[in-house]
Amino acid sequence: MDPQVVPPVGASVPRVDGVAKVTGRARYLDDLDVPGAWHGVTVRSKVAFGVLDAIDLDADFDWSQVVVVTADDIPGTNTILAIEEDQPALVRVGGRVMHVDEPIALVAAPTRALAFEAARHVHPRVRALPPVLTIDDALAKKQLLYKDDNVYKELWIRKGHTTDAEVDAAFARAHQVIEGTYATSPQEQMYIEPQAMLAEWRDGRCHIVGSMQCPYYVHKAMKPLLGLAPQDVVITQSVTGGGFGGKEEYPSMIAAHVALLAAKARRAVKIVYDRDEDIAATTKRHPCRTHHRLAVDERGEILAIDVDVVMDGGAYLTLSPVVLSRGVLHAAGPYRAPIVRVRGRVVATNHPPHGAFRGFGAPQTTFAYERQMQKLARARGEDPLAVRRRLALRSGDTTATGQVLGFSVGTDEVLAAIERVAGPAPAREGVGPTGSPVRRGRSVCFYFHGAGFTGSGEQRLAGRATVALAADGTFEVRSSSTDIGQGAITMFTQIAAASLGVDPSLVSVVDPSTALVPDSGPTVASRTCMVVGGLVDQGARAVRAQLEAWASEHGLAGRPLAEIARARAARTELGELAHTVQYEPPPGIEWDDATYTGAAYPVYGWAACLVDVAVDLDTYEVAIERCVQAVDVGKAINPTIVRGQIEGGTLQALGWAVLENVVYKDGRVANANMTNCIVPTFADAPELETILVEVPYPFGPGGAKGVGEIPMDGPAAAVANAVEDALGAPFDTLPISPEAVGSTRPAWRLA
Amino acid sequence: MKITMEVNGAAQTVEVSPWRRLLDVLREDLRLTGTKEGCGEGECGACTVMLDGEAVNSCLVAAGQCDGRKVTTVEGLADGEMLHAVQKALVACGGAQCGICTPGIAVCAAHLVDRGLVRGIGAAGDDTSARAQVRELLAGNICRCTGYQLIVDAVIAAAREVAGTRGGDR
Repeated sequence: MDPQVVPPVGASVPRVDGVAKVTGRARYLDDLDVPGAWHGVTVRSKVAFGVLDAIDLDADFDWSQVVVVTADDIPGTNTILAIEEDQPALVRVGGRVMHVDEPIALVAAPTRALAFEAARHVHPRVRALPPVLTIDDALAKKQLLYKDDNVYKELWIRKGHTTDAEVDAAFARAHQVIEGTYATSPQEQMYIEPQAMLAEWRDGRCHIVGSMQCPYYVHKAMKPLLGLAPQDVVITQSVTGGGFGGKEEYPSMIAAHVALLAAKARRAVKIVYDRDEDIAATTKRHPCRTHHRLAVDERGEILAIDVDVVMDGGAYLTLSPVVLSRGVLHAAGPYRAPIVRVRGRVVATNHPPHGAFRGFGAPQTTFAYERQMQKLARARGEDPLAVRRRLALRSGDTTATGQVLGFSVGTDEVLAAIERVAGPAPAREGVGPTGSPVRRGRSVCFYFHGAGFTGSGEQRLAGRATVALAADGTFEVRSSSTDIGQGAITMFTQIAAASLGVDPSLVSVVDPSTALVPDSGPTVASRTCMVVGGLVDQGARAVRAQLEAWASEHGLAGRPLAEIARARAARTELGELAHTVQYEPPPGIEWDDATYTGAAYPVYGWAACLVDVAVDLDTYEVAIERCVQAVDVGKAINPTIVRGQIEGGTLQALGWAVLENVVYKDGRVANANMTNCIVPTFADAPELETILVEVPYPFGPGGAKGVGEIPMDGPAAAVANAVEDALGAPFDTLPISPEAVGSTRPAWRLA
Repeated sequence: MKITMEVNGAAQTVEVSPWRRLLDVLREDLRLTGTKEGCGEGECGACTVMLDGEAVNSCLVAAGQCDGRKVTTVEGLADGEMLHAVQKALVACGGAQCGICTPGIAVCAAHLVDRGLVRGIGAAGDDTSARAQVRELLAGNICRCTGYQLIVDAVIAAAREVAGTRGGDR
């Protein structure tokens, strides 16, 4: 093949799985035809906190057609292994029930209807205790839910000081102090395919297939639970209808359940959650309260930043320490400051565990610091974009953890991109679509997002990926990175094809199954393209080099690689030609977990966002009339797919800002259905303007760095800032619902 | 009860409870799994099919209502391997990501495009009004991946292509 016709990295080729998805041929878990598979249903707690005294089965129900599983049926350790082992797969009799909708028993039956019917005849008897449902009650230790203080994790960042007195002194000599408390709400991922998993035992091995982001996370969790050796658990991802973090850790829970049911029923069992159940029982974005103080001098330079972050982790530790870590590491924002103090805590409550959701702690703290920058601009009468340009981090500056920024800092580029397209601010007063008077406002925000795992996480993970020559002379990419809609398959195909110098039709990406692919690390943290794509790039280059070397030894030098590949593949006696690459951090990237200093991330994405809003003065609705995002992605491997990522994340952020919310009542999700737990529709969404900025990351494939999460971080603050611009009153709590807008009416200052 | 429907152009007779959801008849009895269930309460639109030329949430339609009627699912949009203009455009414009909402959107959008319900699509020029119409007309289909932008692009592109083959501005 002539290398000229290989689409380069940077071409918007159509997605590899596009036709299967638009024709309905793509098979998601619930579409798989598994003859004889039974249906599983989960019996859950109705109380938020208590002790499970017994599980009663109605004596007059016919139990002969169903199987019932309780904690007693667990062959190994009753734990969903994540960071700690505190969360059981099923509450045991005598154990503590920690949240509403916690799994207590499982039922499987030949039909879904019978399984639901049987589940109604299983009655957990729980002795209720007073639950802990607020951050303050957790800190006050109203009940002890976790160790002796209810704090899952406490983290500190200290820059430019060794004692608190030095921070106090900086605030004492400040010309101005900007201070506020910011609260963000829990948010439901609302992937449109509910959680779904199927298990089957064959030849003594447990095969689990399902909707998930991280097959090796499930694999790691199943081994102790089932008491099996690694090779006796096989985890395979099915086509997955969205994840956004919601299918990062939670699938291990459902995998445990189907595996236990399938063992007892001696046949395949699947669990597909109802939407209501999915919203009520699975993880959400951590609600968060952030107290933020800025000390500035007469010239408006920042003297010190002091932040106190507290997140509600819910009933088990799950991934909360790492969510907190990312929140804390972003809490000072992308701004220069000689002194930074950040304290972060994540606490235990009796809410269902909060977990991974795109942004992973950063959107919460970004909301706080970008509200603060807006208040600083207003206090100084300075243009909102100008204040950010003046204070923003650039190459050569140090972050809150003392990381000296070098390459790929797109600050000036993203700010310039926004300025270029901003145009004049819209008219202050106007009339909305329903004839009501509206007030308009405009604002911007500027933000960053660390790409890849935090600190030394990537070294610890040591992710691997393989590029191999297949038996038919085509090429295979083997990695455990899943395509959850973000385009991983297409992107890997493009990277491998470009690095091999062959047509993309000769490259296939192997379905992620722990039996077939190495552990590339989880599909999270904006790392799939940057980290695993980088491994694919290196693997493809190595395979190409090996093939070219073989060709020159066999008189095929200079022939097209596809031809060499076919010739080499035909020589089956030579064995498989494959190359596996393991992640190595870029030089100079060092992190100290004990002191929280050093390079928190190998590189950051940078972004700026402009939002125009119109607030209806009769209904108090906030309409987002314009939203522009400029995002430095290093290099867009597939610009259309990258745009899709940014726009999807942007709308999740705009939804979080004005209309999404998960309402807890006595520890229970009160709006556990799509009618009341709303997300933006076509009609709610503004036209989204996306500007791709490319300041290459030298260690990413083609210069690419993370893009998945960054669009989620900033827009909520931009909306709040624009509403403040419209009404002259601060909006420091999400969501900025009509009720929230109306309640501030006495404070409006309509200029 | 015995129910006969024309599904994607072929007569299908099934023996089912009249209360069974059309969604389940399609997915389980007829194994047409392209139609998806996202919420089961008529909010997300993933189960959208055409029933006698009208877009419906098949999770809210009882099988008993479907006797003698015509149903079109996503499997009925393409002509063999020839994709419908909307399907082609969704692939070309990046309008499908995770793909779970895509069948419902494709069915609904194909209907809009085929019937010329998106007005004011010229050969080129200002699509502002047409885009606003698409957003209203597809508001019953929720997508969580795309932010809708590239889906609207795709529907406009398909409407333009279909309008072009008909030889005129609609």
